Amino acid sequence: MSRATRATPTPAPATPVPTAPAPGRSAPTAPAPSGIRFDGVTVSYGGNVVLDRLDLTVEPGEVMALLGPSGSGKTTALRAVAGFVRPASGRVFLGGRDVTALPPHRRGIGMVVQSYALFPHLKVKDNVAFGLKAHRTPKAEIPGRVAEALELVGMATYAERHPRELSGGQQQRVAIARALAIRPGVLLLDEPLSALDARLRSGMLAELARLHRELPDVSILYVTHDQVEALTLADRIAVMDRARLQDCGTPRELYRRPRTEFTASFVGNANLLPVTVTGDGSVGLGDRPLTVPTGTAAPGATATLCVRPHLVGLGAGPNALTGTVTEVQWRGSTHRLHADVDGHPVMADLRELREPPALGTPVTLHFAPEDAVLLPAGAAGTAGVGP
Amino acid sequence: MLVHSRAGKWATWAVFLLLFVPLFAVPLLVILAASLATHWSGAFPSGPTVERYAAATSGDSLQALTTSLVTAVTASVLALTLGGWAALAAASLRTRGKRFLDALFILPVAVPSVVVGLAVLVAYSKPPVLLNGTRWIVILAHTVLVTAFAYQSVAAAVRRLDPMYEQAAAGLGASPARVLWRVRLPLLLPSLTSAAGLCFALSMGELSATMMLYPPDWTPLPVQIFAATDRGSLFTGAALAVVLMTTTLLVLAAVSRIRTRASYR
Repeated sequence: MSRATRATPTPAPATPVPTAPAPGRSAPTAPAPSGIRFDGVTVSYGGNVVLDRLDLTVEPGEVMALLGPSGSGKTTALRAVAGFVRPASGRVFLGGRDVTALPPHRRGIGMVVQSYALFPHLKVKDNVAFGLKAHRTPKAEIPGRVAEALELVGMATYAERHPRELSGGQQQRVAIARALAIRPGVLLLDEPLSALDARLRSGMLAELARLHRELPDVSILYVTHDQVEALTLADRIAVMDRARLQDCGTPRELYRRPRTEFTASFVGNANLLPVTVTGDGSVGLGDRPLTVPTGTAAPGATATLCVRPHLVGLGAGPNALTGTVTEVQWRGSTHRLHADVDGHPVMADLRELREPPALGTPVTLHFAPEDAVLLPAGAAGTAGVGP
Repeated sequence: MLVHSRAGKWATWAVFLLLFVPLFAVPLLVILAASLATHWSGAFPSGPTVERYAAATSGDSLQALTTSLVTAVTASVLALTLGGWAALAAASLRTRGKRFLDALFILPVAVPSVVVGLAVLVAYSKPPVLLNGTRWIVILAHTVLVTAFAYQSVAAAVRRLDPMYEQAAAGLGASPARVLWRVRLPLLLPSLTSAAGLCFALSMGELSATMMLYPPDWTPLPVQIFAATDRGSLFTGAALAVVLMTTTLLVLAAVSRIRTRASYR
């Protein structure tokens, strides 16, 4: 984005982008392997299964977000790639090589943890040089590589500081530089933005997106519980819940065509309504007939209807839903309307209303048939998850 | 500050001084006064002199001070190495092994030092390991006595160490040895130095086990102080005590300077 405008005060080599090790330069361990593959990876702690038969492939150069609530197994999956947990069964591959039995320091990955874990006794430049020294990079190369990595995250001027003299966002950048300095094929990011405040977070998101454009060969596994981060950054999202992979697809697929109730409610907001299929293209919400694409669902089957709140309109129209207003929230540019339709809660995000309806008054909402998605009822253990 | 009102603060200070002065300050001041006196028949000593200090810092006494310093430094270094090593090892053990090590290293604290002295004496008075009559038996006993403290304080620091640092280092490709030398030990440096100070101070003052073990050519200063007091030369003893106290404090101050520079957090 602002690649041209970034200052370049350091005497960095002509090739500013440290991607795969350039020929002629000594690499830490052959060419850094890119791409991750989980093959039936199961992890349990004392009989408690925290990751259940995970099968997932992250292509070289792909950003995969592991999205899920806490305790869903997403961090465990990342730690299995890093080598800090040993799978009870299954294999982990990095760049096609089985690394399941390798200790963390032989895996050649880059990792950024939630707390950054910058070494407090080392200056910024020594923090970044740490991995290079550990990989026995020739001494003469180290200063150049450190400068390069710090340059990449815009921290070149802070090389002589100690971590305690940096703000949270700056520490974050240094942690990323430290992970990238060893030119890993795989970068693991464990909730990297959760320790930052909201404004810094959106800035860092843009920064991470830029970094990925500059390092197109690096596979990134990004663990987060924040759907905005996942939707913004990821090429694909793997949705995790209760130790299992629930769904995997591009952000657009998951948002537009979620396959399970859990995905629908976790990736963006969703109205989930229990319906019965009454015919080809028609369902019933109780006695209320609605027109939606039914796909292969057979008449008589129960299903869950999913409509995004911002696709619900106010007033009469196709698929009208009449009910009473239970809550009105003003959110600046929008109003969120909560209504009770035949005992089912329905949310609508509407452009700011001049005269929002009063609580308890009758209201009519509608949605276009093509905006609705029919999900198998109660798919993938989603009890308790509702709009 | 916990106490906010002015009166409350004054009251707190008053209670503190009331407890501190008679318990800590007066005895030490009395020793200092006695070391400078020639007579002490009334309430206060009389006939100020510095002659005793001349004696206390030369000849046999100087020899004893050197003996004490060498013993304490050697014992502290050994104790720190053994205790620190054990504490680091304990951190990677399961609960059972950890409990066993904890129990093992509390033994020298739990057992009276006289008993430790006797045990060392009996154990090393016959071949194959004949240490009795050499300086090594004194150093050995001191090491046994202070290792426990080194273990305790390093173990506490290891428990507080954020495992994220080790994992970050390993993730960057550092072998376990590199993680130990470049990350864990530097981060533990403040506790290692404070443990060293503690070991040194304890060894400098150790008397009961030393009494049973010291050979004639290896007399630490506390033994000299005891001997002087025992034969009635209280003022000589007091001067030696002040020398012992000052030396120990100077060394501790130097160690704490290292610690301040080493504490990064």
